[in-house]
Amino acid sequence: MAYLTITHLEKSFGTTRVVRDFNLAVEKGEFISLLGPSGCGKTTVLRLVAGFEMPSAGSIQIDGRDVTGLRTTQRNIGMVFQAYALFPNLTVAQNVGFGLKVTGVARAEIDARVAEMLRLIGLPDLGGRYPFQLSGGQQQRVALARALAPKPRVLLLDEPLSALDAKIRVSLRQEIRQIQQQLGITTIFVTHDQEEALSMSDRVVVMNGGVAEQIGAPFEIYNRPATPFVASFVGSHTAFDALVVDPGTGTVTLGGAQVTLGQPMSGKAGSMVRLALRPEAAHLGRVAGCETVLDGRIAQVNFMGAIIRLTAMVGDTALTLDTFNRPDTPPPPVGSAVEISVAARDFITLGAS
Amino acid sequence: MTEQTLSLPPAAVGRTARPRRNAWRAMSWAVFGMGILYFALPLIGMIEFSLRKRRGTYSLDAYTSVLTDPQFQATFAYSVVMSLITIVLGLALVLPTALWVRIRLPRLRPVIEFITLLPLVVPVIVIAFGYLRMFNTSSFLPMTGTVTGTNVLLAFGYATLALPYMYRAIDNGLRTLDVQTLTEAAQILGAGWFTIIFRVMLPNVFTALLSGAFLTFSIVLGEYVFAALLDRPAFGPYMIWTGGNKAYEPAALAVIAFAITWGCMGLIQLAGRLFPHTRAKR
Amino acid sequence: MATARGAYIARTAANWAGVIPFLAFTLIFLLLPTVNIVFGAFRGPDGGFTLDTLAKLFEPRLANSFWLSIRVSLFSAALGAGIGFLVAAAVIHGGLPAWVRAPMVTFSGVAANFAGVPLAFAFIATLGRLGLVTIILKDWFGINIYTMGFNLISFWGLVFVYLYFQMSLMILIISPALEGLKREWREAAESLGASGLQYWRMVALPVLMPSLLGTFALLFANSFGAIATAQALTGSSQSLITVQLFAQIRGDVLQDPNLGYAIAFGMIVITAIANSIYIVLRTRAETWQK
Repeated sequence: MAYLTITHLEKSFGTTRVVRDFNLAVEKGEFISLLGPSGCGKTTVLRLVAGFEMPSAGSIQIDGRDVTGLRTTQRNIGMVFQAYALFPNLTVAQNVGFGLKVTGVARAEIDARVAEMLRLIGLPDLGGRYPFQLSGGQQQRVALARALAPKPRVLLLDEPLSALDAKIRVSLRQEIRQIQQQLGITTIFVTHDQEEALSMSDRVVVMNGGVAEQIGAPFEIYNRPATPFVASFVGSHTAFDALVVDPGTGTVTLGGAQVTLGQPMSGKAGSMVRLALRPEAAHLGRVAGCETVLDGRIAQVNFMGAIIRLTAMVGDTALTLDTFNRPDTPPPPVGSAVEISVAARDFITLGAS
Repeated sequence: MTEQTLSLPPAAVGRTARPRRNAWRAMSWAVFGMGILYFALPLIGMIEFSLRKRRGTYSLDAYTSVLTDPQFQATFAYSVVMSLITIVLGLALVLPTALWVRIRLPRLRPVIEFITLLPLVVPVIVIAFGYLRMFNTSSFLPMTGTVTGTNVLLAFGYATLALPYMYRAIDNGLRTLDVQTLTEAAQILGAGWFTIIFRVMLPNVFTALLSGAFLTFSIVLGEYVFAALLDRPAFGPYMIWTGGNKAYEPAALAVIAFAITWGCMGLIQLAGRLFPHTRAKR
Repeated sequence: MATARGAYIARTAANWAGVIPFLAFTLIFLLLPTVNIVFGAFRGPDGGFTLDTLAKLFEPRLANSFWLSIRVSLFSAALGAGIGFLVAAAVIHGGLPAWVRAPMVTFSGVAANFAGVPLAFAFIATLGRLGLVTIILKDWFGINIYTMGFNLISFWGLVFVYLYFQMSLMILIISPALEGLKREWREAAESLGASGLQYWRMVALPVLMPSLLGTFALLFANSFGAIATAQALTGSSQSLITVQLFAQIRGDVLQDPNLGYAIAFGMIVITAIANSIYIVLRTRAETWQK
């Protein structure tokens, strides 16, 4: 049985349905990300699990116990906010020990636990400082320690890295994941940054308009997006409008070439269908195993260091192509004609155009 | 510790969490209600009392009595004129200063702000007393010797009292305006100081100026101590005199004074609406 | 070189030109009179330096007046701050509809200036012997508050009337501070298991404390210097120090022309201390609200 179960969760504010029929089963110790654009309902789901909002319908179970009707104070969850939310009048140590103090734990035990948590987040000597004396990254780590100190059953994080600088964001997310795995605590992480979600999670829930469009491992979500939204939100891609030739074998025409996708598709011959292609699935020149060859003209070269992102015009479509930097091979100049090889199975069908 | 493995039916969702929230809310309404009662009752009482002059029925007799009283007309007119003079004087003093401090002399800011706080720290009666001692007939500036001199002195006193409010209103207006950047932009485009002040600044702080002006107006109108000690025929002393000598007229006066203050507030809001570009972004 | 220097002088002069009128005005019409008073307090009948005049402040008549003013101010400030805080907290955090807040703040802005004569009249018209509420209680409920010992023209009556502008001033000042209490703090406390009371006791009130105490000091100073309301309400029956000073200025009722200076000086000292406390605490509050 799953550790955290969300069943048929609904939430409406007035007449707006913000969360629709949301279902999720989380195993103990699993790290789940809720990924989606602003307004998709991911934060609302988190707040419903936390107990800050009451659902319009549906239920939430933690560790076999129905918590839907319980107040936040009774749910034994830990929460980390985007704005850190450290209590400004308390020191770091007092902040971290807050959850223990309000439940009446003995002073000595609080001190021991606080010291342990500060070691865990790598700030053992900052116990006496006040929040305003800390940097953003330090404050967020203290917030994490504070949430974890009372040994909650579930850890909830609401876009904790969004307010931080890019570099700190990357190092802190690794730290968070590391601590989470070390403690084995069931975690739900809300973010709009797909890189965060993909790199940290055991599973990702891609949300849009209050609905979970796809739930799966990062590899699944990225390579086998279930809906057009997921395909476009996660990772970048080039969208092609292709003409259906034979729906049975999945043959279409695009960019002047005829491509057999190998899977039957819906839609009649003569109709238009939309396909997506990941940048790393397109290769310069002829490559073994990629039978489809498209002719393109280089329109733009973006040298990003390890990766070179090329934009080539294939017919009317601007195709994005990523290739690794090779010190002995400079990228093709703008305007040159190139051949681009693609494996037919790498095309993702998005639906009718 | 009970284990609830059955999920609550949807209708019961949230029910256990609501009672405590409702208790807080009920208490809040109670406190708020008592607050409203305390603030509203005197106003209602004041209006009701002012209508009671004619025995047995409600009438506006107290108001007619007040409005036709030549003393009322004289002192009211005096105070209105005084407030207009004070407003002009206050603006003339504060506006250039506020501008200069923002643009040219930012280091002087703490000093200026301290000075503008003094009229709030030093009690009004002490300032008035100070005037009497400093500018009486045996001092270097014998202003109290003549009627005109005393009137001028009163105007100066009013300007001093209104200083904190005037400065704060204008300073707020300038702050949201980001005077520094605006000046630089205007200078790059080739504007001289005159153009900058009159065609860039002023139109944008207009609402701030208006709100400072209305505040001053309502302060001067109701002011008592200064006028009484300098023995000038202002509205404040007239109200006190009425309080000691008439029964229902004081309430009518209070209603009029309150209505004027509300009117000023309303005009400030109206100005903010008519000139939306000058409204501060929150 | 010379022209550069000349330009520098011209520029400095232009820099100062805008503030000279203001500085001159406040010097002559604000600073000098106040300083004159301060010096006058130390001046004896012969014009020389003496502390005798100040010593007279401690004689019963004046000392009692000071003490009365201090008591009125303490009570009106404490009650005004306490009740004003509760009202503001009720509106902002108590679950009341959001549209209540703006009118409350606007009204408080007007009410805070509704001091003086009109305020006294309004209360006399409501709770005086012939006041609306007095009559309603007598005729509708049979409760005669005046025979029960209530009297508007009294110490507590004055405190009660002062609450009008004290409470509104408190609401005006504390509302931004209350709004500054981040919602996340409360939610974080809840997620850590704290009850509403624990949150207020351990986080919210401590954070607000500098603002609360500071505003209390401000209200104290505000009440201490008030005179018009008292004159209109209690006349000379309550011998507040402001009333005493007024009488002294008007007609030297204390038989010592220099005593006025001493009283004024005493008042300046008290309000200056109160205001300094307010400013210090306000700066402290601002560092925490960051």
